[in-house]
Amino acid sequence: MSSKNSMNNSSDNSASSSSDLLRSALVDSLQDPTPGTGYAGLTPDVALHQAQLRAGEDLSRSFAFTTRLEAVVAWGRKNALWPLPYGTACCGIELMSVMGPRYDLARFGAEVVRFSPRQADLLIVAGTITEKMGPVLVQIYQQMLDPKYVLSMGACASSGGFYRAYHVLQGADKVIPVDVYVPGCPPTPEAVLDGLMVLQKMIANNQPRPWKENWKSPYDKA
Amino acid sequence: MTKLESLKQDLIGKFNIKDYKFIHSVGDDIVEIPKADVLALLRHLKSSGRFDFLMDVCGVDYPNREKRFDVVYHLFSSKDGSRLRIKTQLAEGEAVETATRAWKAADWFEREAWDMFGVKFTGHLNLRRILTHHQFVGHPLRKDYEADAQQHCDVALPIHFDNEEGRDGNVLDENLVPLNIGPSHPAMHGTLRVMVELEGETIRRAGCEIGYLHRCFEKMAETHPYNQVIPYTDRLNYCSAPMNNVGYCKAVEKLLGVEIPPRAQAMRVILCELSRIIDHIVAVGTGGVDLGALTGFFHLFTYREKVYTLFEKLCGARLTVSMTRVGGMAQDAPEGWFDDVLAFCKDMRGQVDEITKLMLENKIFIKRTQGVTPVSAKEAIEWGYTGPLLRACGVNLDLRKLTPYYGYDQLNFDVPVGTNGDIYDRYLVRIEEMRQSIRIIEQVCKNVPGGDYTIRDKGIVLPDKKDVYGNIEGLMNHFMLIIKGLRPPVGETYDATEAANGELGFYLISDGSGTPYRLKVRPPCFAIYQSFPTLVRGTMIADAIATIASMNLIAGELDR
Repeated sequence: MSSKNSMNNSSDNSASSSSDLLRSALVDSLQDPTPGTGYAGLTPDVALHQAQLRAGEDLSRSFAFTTRLEAVVAWGRKNALWPLPYGTACCGIELMSVMGPRYDLARFGAEVVRFSPRQADLLIVAGTITEKMGPVLVQIYQQMLDPKYVLSMGACASSGGFYRAYHVLQGADKVIPVDVYVPGCPPTPEAVLDGLMVLQKMIANNQPRPWKENWKSPYDKA
Repeated sequence: MTKLESLKQDLIGKFNIKDYKFIHSVGDDIVEIPKADVLALLRHLKSSGRFDFLMDVCGVDYPNREKRFDVVYHLFSSKDGSRLRIKTQLAEGEAVETATRAWKAADWFEREAWDMFGVKFTGHLNLRRILTHHQFVGHPLRKDYEADAQQHCDVALPIHFDNEEGRDGNVLDENLVPLNIGPSHPAMHGTLRVMVELEGETIRRAGCEIGYLHRCFEKMAETHPYNQVIPYTDRLNYCSAPMNNVGYCKAVEKLLGVEIPPRAQAMRVILCELSRIIDHIVAVGTGGVDLGALTGFFHLFTYREKVYTLFEKLCGARLTVSMTRVGGMAQDAPEGWFDDVLAFCKDMRGQVDEITKLMLENKIFIKRTQGVTPVSAKEAIEWGYTGPLLRACGVNLDLRKLTPYYGYDQLNFDVPVGTNGDIYDRYLVRIEEMRQSIRIIEQVCKNVPGGDYTIRDKGIVLPDKKDVYGNIEGLMNHFMLIIKGLRPPVGETYDATEAANGELGFYLISDGSGTPYRLKVRPPCFAIYQSFPTLVRGTMIADAIATIASMNLIAGELDR
């Protein structure tokens, strides 16, 4: 029995219409969109609610969820990614479009653009990283606070692209750990949004990230 | 009497011209001179008023020659649009006197020539690396340097400044506050780095570090067939990618000696002017953001998206369109495309009026920009300014009017010119140029010539697919062009177009093979940006941010 049905059964409690709305909205937003994947452990405790209903408790005060802490934290994290746009080249211009009015990154909770690494969660590497830029990029990455994620936008940031050249780093992942690669030269804004959604799924699932855990700065002198 | 002959007459008696070679080739005037005469000749040509601009200084490497390097100076006269190329030969380890004593513009160009080729310029105070990082060993554009031999850099340079007469740039003033801005900083557009010494909020000394986006464009061009260079040109000034395509293809076509059909010319003009609009959109929009006005950016980007949609309809790509080919366009415009462009123009006209109100008539904007870092016309020419920034200083120079190409002389448009050369005038000129571009597009779109969109020379343009699959001749031509490539005759040329930021020049040398022997880009904002440390000295730090925004520096073409 779904939680919505249980609410309909208790329609005699007419004072609860606003809390009904609240609860169904919460249930909708927290429920697993595709059964079997994601949102581990985050299901409303229906049995508990029904017990409370039988006991005649006031719904507006007794409504509750049980979940695991990391699941609800991940849910918060994935919906409030503050990006640091590390736009160095052409992809930076497309990133402007992603944030601009038509594609509107704000819909994914990632509109709070921060140029200070200490306030950002998501480093979007948009553009070619040259050898000269490498140490700067690593410094910026190190200044970010955990949890931090890296999205590499475009061919250059992912692999050096068609610049197989003397002054171009062959991918940002040569110096920092990258979570999501978005292909394209430059990628369409849709592709960047897709990359962001992939990252959100990774966060929600608390997917292990060995590339990040085992990362050491290539410039640290041992 | 040709210009070259009159120049020769002028030099007789003043210089020992029996060692000089006067050459007229592919429409360009060239003088080859011994290195001892370079500075004296440059000074003479400047003081006699023949040439007022030094557009470019670059090196060329011929490893098999006795004197290995060419140093090439490109001069330009804004009076009649004539150009002169001065070349001198240098052996390994030899030096030539610095041209900075004649033109300030030579400063960064000579640094670049040293960085790329190891050519020395005596008397240049800052002959250190400019595009590659400070740990780089060797000179990458020499022919014996492998294109993909990467050298790692493990530390960023500390704050430093340019050396001045009697003052070491690495020694900081203990009484001032040093401040580093960028390259990761919202006002530095991702790749610029500015270092300043402050007294309170007043800048006492400033320096720039560039090269954070040096993607080796020129080396890549030397290792790719002519048509495959086109996508690389897209990524020079990526805010107005089609303009670079056009500039490059125009240079190759000049060397080949072909003229493209009227329909291709019209399509190129439309693409260029659309690009000019969206380039100015970025300049004005992000310029506002740097001053703290976010609204204009969102307004303007709506319209940039509309142009992207037009580009997508035309070729499928939004930003980097690679739409031109040597000899014309890659394909014809789809049905109804020109009507879509006209509809956009109508839309855009209203938006330009709106942005005029939003920015140019905004009290805060006026206070932040009027009278800030003005540049006089004389200074601007000295630095090698071109494009909107030069016109903001009151110089009426637009290559579309002075040396028209693609039928610009048949079109009715005005060249907006400023008076003070301050930041406000720069935006004023840019916004007015959007209106003029709309006028141009409307005129062209209403009378698009019919006919083919490309020439059909089998040695230049790939045959139609139906011929490739349908008959043996088409297949052979296709095969030959793919395997051997497009091969311009041995020779060299310099060709310039009026890009959104100013004169975009391509100096192309062909050795008759399928790849360019040397392709030097003359990027407009490179010359402009080198004046920045001088310009902001004595101003407030916030004015420096406004200045850098008004220059519309695009790292792709700045660092290449």
